[in-house]
Amino acid sequence: MLFILLGVLLLHLVILILLIVSTAASAWSAGVDKSTDLWYHCQTTSGSYQCKHASNEEWIQAVQALMILSCIFCFCALIAFLYQLFRMVKGGQFFFTAIFQILASVFVMCGAIIYTVMRPDEETITHFGYAYVLAWVAFPLCLISGLIYIVLRKTE
Amino acid sequence: MQLIQRLLYVAEQDSCRVFGKPGTTMLAVLVSIVSLGIVAQQCQAIVIYTGWERHALVGSDIRLSCSFFSWRWTSEDVTFSWTYRPDGSRDSISIFHYTGGEAYLDNKGPFKDRLEFVGNPGRRDGSILIKNLDFNDNGTFTCDAKNPPDIVGRPSSVRLLVFEKVPIQAGVITGAIIGVVLGLLVLVVVIYYLMRFLVARRVFSLNVSKHGKKKKEGSQQRQGPAPPADPSKVKAAASEKKKQESRKDKK
Repeated sequence: MLFILLGVLLLHLVILILLIVSTAASAWSAGVDKSTDLWYHCQTTSGSYQCKHASNEEWIQAVQALMILSCIFCFCALIAFLYQLFRMVKGGQFFFTAIFQILASVFVMCGAIIYTVMRPDEETITHFGYAYVLAWVAFPLCLISGLIYIVLRKTE
Repeated sequence: MQLIQRLLYVAEQDSCRVFGKPGTTMLAVLVSIVSLGIVAQQCQAIVIYTGWERHALVGSDIRLSCSFFSWRWTSEDVTFSWTYRPDGSRDSISIFHYTGGEAYLDNKGPFKDRLEFVGNPGRRDGSILIKNLDFNDNGTFTCDAKNPPDIVGRPSSVRLLVFEKVPIQAGVITGAIIGVVLGLLVLVVVIYYLMRFLVARRVFSLNVSKHGKKKKEGSQQRQGPAPPADPSKVKAAASEKKKQESRKDKK
């Protein structure tokens, strides 16, 4: 029982870290010496870093909002999990935790889908960056974690 | 009467310089009445206000506002003049001049037939209207106003940016989406706790019981006429099941 609890908690922390890194790192798209989105468009030219703000278009702002919301909801799920762990009676369900975690996974999915569809085609941007990959990795993990919380019941 | 009027006129014109001068008590009283609220004032220059930056769409009209503040009354010889410096150029040309009660608009330069004076010099407003904007109108517009004898002042500039599509500011939509979702979340939580509170106060006729608390009463209509000798364990299990059902219904 303790192992299950620790495992679930560890998974939740890993998901939270993945979400925070994916939101904060400005590397959703990358090219040669260039990385851009969601916040900055940075270029390394001859050893120096030149950054300017990413474009202010509506879809980028929507992706920013969805990623931030998913981080907030994942964090609230963690708080709710710890609270319900110590305060709930035996046999209760981790209701709020599951709801928040599933909502967080839905937001990550929406954000990643919007970014995939609306990304502009440029020759200098050749591939997706690591932050984009982390977002897509975090989405199924978050969903699985939410489903685990639905079936999890407090027994001790 | 005339003496008082003359004293008032003198006081008004020289209110700048009267401060600190020993005068008769009557003059001091008049000056203090005239300059009510102007405490320890010094002679300040004329201050001109325009915007900082203006954004506009191609083909639209824009009103560039210019007003000034001066310690003196607005004289009849007040002048306004606007000059324009295109982006990337170092020369500026004069496009508008108002003097002697008449406005003179640009009739040879880039704003020919596109300018209109929409200001009110009596109210210290020297705004102009530029019609049918184009990308070539990007640049800096400088307004210079003079209110004789108050002529020392620094002209103020406003930058005009012409866009094909007005861009939305960074973070507006982000903040809006986050605010709406968090607001909805708070609303849902508040409604949930409100429902629980109201059920606990037996305002609603729902057979809902809290975790760990045994509520024997509840709506008899939902459960039907219950015999009074029911074991409480069975009732608690049944009410918990009903509570989960009602929760699933809500969500």
